[in-house]
Amino acid sequence: MTEDVVVIGGGAAGLAAAIRAKEAGAERVVVLDRNSELGGILPQCIHTGFGLHFFKENLTGPEYISRFIDSARTLGVEFKLDTMVLRLKPEREIVAANSRDGLFMMKAKSAVLAMGCRERTRGALGIPGTRPAGIFTAGTAQRLMDVEGFMPGKRVVVLGSGDVGLIMARRFAVEGAKVEAVIEMLPYAGGLPRNVVQCLEDFGIPLLLSHTVTAVHGAERVSGVTVAKVDEKGDPTGGTERTIPCDTLILSVGLIPENELSEGAGIMLDPATGGPVVDERMETSVQGIFACGNVVHVHDLVDHVTETGVKAGQSATRFALGQLQPLRNRIRLRPGPGVRYVVPQIIGGDEPVTVYLRVKNPVRNAMIRAGNIAVPVRAARPAETVTVKLTEKMIGGLKREPELAISLEESGRID
Amino acid sequence: MKADVVIVGAGIMGSTIAREFSKYEIDVAVVEKEADVAFGSPTKANTGIIHPGYDDQPGTVRAQHCSRGNALWHQIAREVAAPFEEVGTLVVAMKDEEVEVLEDLKRRGDTNGVPRLEIVDDEDKLRGMEPHLNREAVAALLAPTAAITSPYELAVAIMENAVQNGVKTCFETEVTGITVRQGEVKGIQTNRGEIEAQLVVNAAGLWADRISAMAGLNGFKIHPRKGEYHILDKKVGDLTRHVVFPTPSPISKGIVVTPTVEGNVLIGPNAQDIDDKQDMTTTHSGLAEVWAGACKLIPSIADKKSMIITSFCGLRPEPDTKDFVVGSSQIIKGFINAAGMRSPGLTAAPSVALRVVDLLMESGMELRRKVTFDSRRKPIDKPMKGSDLSSAQNLIKQNPDYGYVVCRCEHVTKGEILEAIRRGATTLDGVKFRTRAGMGRCQGGFCGPHVLKLMSEELVVPAESITKRGKGSRVLLGKAKELLRGGDLDD
Repeated sequence: MTEDVVVIGGGAAGLAAAIRAKEAGAERVVVLDRNSELGGILPQCIHTGFGLHFFKENLTGPEYISRFIDSARTLGVEFKLDTMVLRLKPEREIVAANSRDGLFMMKAKSAVLAMGCRERTRGALGIPGTRPAGIFTAGTAQRLMDVEGFMPGKRVVVLGSGDVGLIMARRFAVEGAKVEAVIEMLPYAGGLPRNVVQCLEDFGIPLLLSHTVTAVHGAERVSGVTVAKVDEKGDPTGGTERTIPCDTLILSVGLIPENELSEGAGIMLDPATGGPVVDERMETSVQGIFACGNVVHVHDLVDHVTETGVKAGQSATRFALGQLQPLRNRIRLRPGPGVRYVVPQIIGGDEPVTVYLRVKNPVRNAMIRAGNIAVPVRAARPAETVTVKLTEKMIGGLKREPELAISLEESGRID
Repeated sequence: MKADVVIVGAGIMGSTIAREFSKYEIDVAVVEKEADVAFGSPTKANTGIIHPGYDDQPGTVRAQHCSRGNALWHQIAREVAAPFEEVGTLVVAMKDEEVEVLEDLKRRGDTNGVPRLEIVDDEDKLRGMEPHLNREAVAALLAPTAAITSPYELAVAIMENAVQNGVKTCFETEVTGITVRQGEVKGIQTNRGEIEAQLVVNAAGLWADRISAMAGLNGFKIHPRKGEYHILDKKVGDLTRHVVFPTPSPISKGIVVTPTVEGNVLIGPNAQDIDDKQDMTTTHSGLAEVWAGACKLIPSIADKKSMIITSFCGLRPEPDTKDFVVGSSQIIKGFINAAGMRSPGLTAAPSVALRVVDLLMESGMELRRKVTFDSRRKPIDKPMKGSDLSSAQNLIKQNPDYGYVVCRCEHVTKGEILEAIRRGATTLDGVKFRTRAGMGRCQGGFCGPHVLKLMSEELVVPAESITKRGKGSRVLLGKAKELLRGGDLDD
């Protein structure tokens, strides 16, 4: 039997896609997830800050995602949990395994990729030293603490000041652990200013900017880390090293979209995002395979993840029902000066579209330009997604070129 | 406790000796100060190459054991179902002067009895054999009998087979003294009590000189020589097909680029003589040296830095005698050394083990063949790895745990993890070495908490007591809320 829409991944993006697929008229919608519970990373994000855009409410991760889990259940989405997808073929054949069905194959009229992302590890950073117990990525530490109920560490150094790092610093502090410092390579904090205040300043946790960890110590368990100042290129400067005694190093040093399945299916990836190249309907380079959420690019807000899931679910359903017309034009969006990446990478130029982009450096009072379109941006930082809505009017005036560079013109820079 | 023979050390040397001994009707005990087989540095952090045998000067003990060891491994690895792949080595010359070194190596190999050595100087052929090889390469020595293995999986497999045939193992058991009376070995003392034995085999790797000194023998010293490595993602596994060496220097065979049996790329090691046998620290400069060395051989590695999964180091046990120290003591009866197993120690191990059996016989111990000896070890089933769908289906039907994938990166199932624990893994690294859970690109980020939970359930111990690799390396430092209830920060 062929399913209408199969969604790989039951986190925020996948659930939104499955719900929309049902709403849009797909009959057989299946979500495959390798976890035992639905919701992806959200069940372990017990802090608030979710849903401000989508629900206009301040929710915790479990609260936010349970709304989607409930409505997916009500709508009759089928779930296969504890199920690992091993292979995805371009003709939308999926090979998966679980303990009930064993190894099995599933065919889908359309497939939605919603596998999310994983955390960068120490290996990718090349921090030298020993390899003791007590080094965790922030997400793993969060799971151990907030789902499994254990303390992964007591005297903690956090490397990376993105929101995840800041929030974990606070979690450790709230649990009575001693957070010795949060270390940030860049000259500014990666996370939101409100998180710097609420997670660090309110708890008296020092933030060392323009610093990095240059060595890990301890034979069996972490006994300390050496930190040093870095220059503008990010290289440690000699003579600035000092050792901070601790038993735990938490790494919050970036997220990587998980696209091993996509690569296996021959889907084209964008090296700048690490995710599939998608068009404005979230279709990948392989027909009938759509993608949404953090598998496409790492989002800063779950609300945006949900939006992309809705869009992918809509498109996948139309494809499954034979209603998705090919784009008449394909305009390739390219990151221009000041812009690290743009998603979607392809637009049709016929309909209004929301474009997400990331800037290379923090800017203030800047202008985003795309051909003859200009949109002002008050402030943007590399850690935040800039959302640009290209309205019907803007699109109407757009020149039909095969490529369009999106660039950022800055009038002021903050340090 | 009592045994006929005690082997000190459960690295590759101790394991292969234990398995050879298990073919005879003798009581064998292996003592190891670490928590598991292959946890000592020389076996754990080893390039995993079964060398063909051209490196060593004819006449040395090394040369004698290396080519024989290579041949033996081809058989033993199959018997114990350990990963083993005959991929061949290429020693690459970048300049015409280096071709002379290759010719020397070939002559040496021919003398040592290494089969099918060939110098490839046709550039097209070279390129066809190794597409990413540096375009400046002018020739390479091909040794087709060279193989790759996973050194820790191999050691574990061998020891499992030895245990299956009656060998006893004692882990976290550190030798504190050798009991010698009237010039004869009577046993060993350990942190966990004494073991009476008339024969002690010293396979203590880095610490073999210390064990020897405990018997009053100061014949040799072991110096650690550090080597650092990077391991790259399977995504770039096609960067190399052979084990690719540069032309060797007098101190080292040089930084290698090699495929691993699992399809990753391993690069390293550099060579640095150090003083501290416990110094397991990678260094910024060392890792940079390894990277540069690899790029010289395979230039397209240069832009693959983001493909580094992890970096680590190992210590080679370098004997001051420059050669393996294999023999019975002439001073203390019942003390046998299988020490100084510097490179190519892994390759030579099964040959040295046979020599140790001879030494046992020479010592006067009566060795009767054990009729029940079973040379075959059943590997842990890996249903997600093989290509045989129906046998995987059957396995999952019999035991549904084999359908549940715990480690996403390496596709390791719950069934495999439970089986590893049942076979003796007591630590996270023990599970990792047996199953590869946690060895992939996320480095255990996803499966780590799950593996801890499975270990806690299966071993019936609190999760907080589980260690990464033995005492002192606890992974969790308590339960949540414990500190809020007055728990001690430094406890």
